[in-house]
Amino acid sequence: MPITTFQADPIKPVRRSFLSGFGKITLSATAVALLAGQDRLALVGSASAQTTNNDVTILNSALGAEQQAIAAYQLGAESGLLQKPVLDLAVQFQGHHKQHADALAKAVQKLGGKPVAPLKDYSFPKDKLKSQNDVLAFAATLEKGAVSAYLGAVPILTDRELAKAAASILGDEAMHWAVLRQALGQNPVPDAFVS
Amino acid sequence: MLLVSSAAWAAGGDPARGEAIYQRCLACHSLEHNRVGPRHCGLFGRHAGSLSGYAYSTAMKKYGVTWNEETLDHFLQNPLKVVPGTKMGYAGVKDPQERADLISYLKQATSDPKTCE
Repeated sequence: MPITTFQADPIKPVRRSFLSGFGKITLSATAVALLAGQDRLALVGSASAQTTNNDVTILNSALGAEQQAIAAYQLGAESGLLQKPVLDLAVQFQGHHKQHADALAKAVQKLGGKPVAPLKDYSFPKDKLKSQNDVLAFAATLEKGAVSAYLGAVPILTDRELAKAAASILGDEAMHWAVLRQALGQNPVPDAFVS
Repeated sequence: MLLVSSAAWAAGGDPARGEAIYQRCLACHSLEHNRVGPRHCGLFGRHAGSLSGYAYSTAMKKYGVTWNEETLDHFLQNPLKVVPGTKMGYAGVKDPQERADLISYLKQATSDPKTCE
């Protein structure tokens, strides 16, 4: 798909392609979440105390970000600003984050750690969310941050199976980010590399 | 280590590039609010682990530095190595110029009265 599609007509082509791609992305992301979730995390092996502690810290950081994303999508879903099918998409993405959070919490427990609890209040910028696009842009910001967070986690996780699982979650977050960008009329894949 | 680190930020950072790099932090941090990580407003001159309303790790509370260009440059290279036990489970910003850019942005943004009331 040429990038000029997004630039030439920022509304109709984007919306059409966004909706037509919805089913494929649903299957793909769900498959990734299922295949890369508990099954891989269940393969966590033994490690030294220090490396295990670091892995617990890294997984808990990721878990905290996932819990924040769940809360953000909840805010979006309850805002009254999202119209179907965007609302359905937000709920679906929230479901992915719930699966990620569940898998991460189980991995932390398996390593002997204590999963972090969700915050009572995330102080989201509710006063700045006045339209569907505002909500999508905010969600895209969090998804981009999540991609970067996992990119910062994968190389330092000691357990390679955990690193693989984190990488597969990264892929899911990147798909969320791309879909949200496309829904906003932005180039969904702006660069060859993420950072 | 600190001398090497300080050379990176002393070379000068670009706050515009730093703002783009800061997007990587937004899954956990915001300028205005404590979230998964502590808020960044008022960061420069703040003692590490001292912000009220945020549940720091014991390690960060004991870190014993005040945040400035040099201490941030050192920490951001490898948070888990610099402060073992920190809650910041992130590899760090390895590129010296990227750290300089990020710190340059943070210095501006965390003291912006429009954002940081």
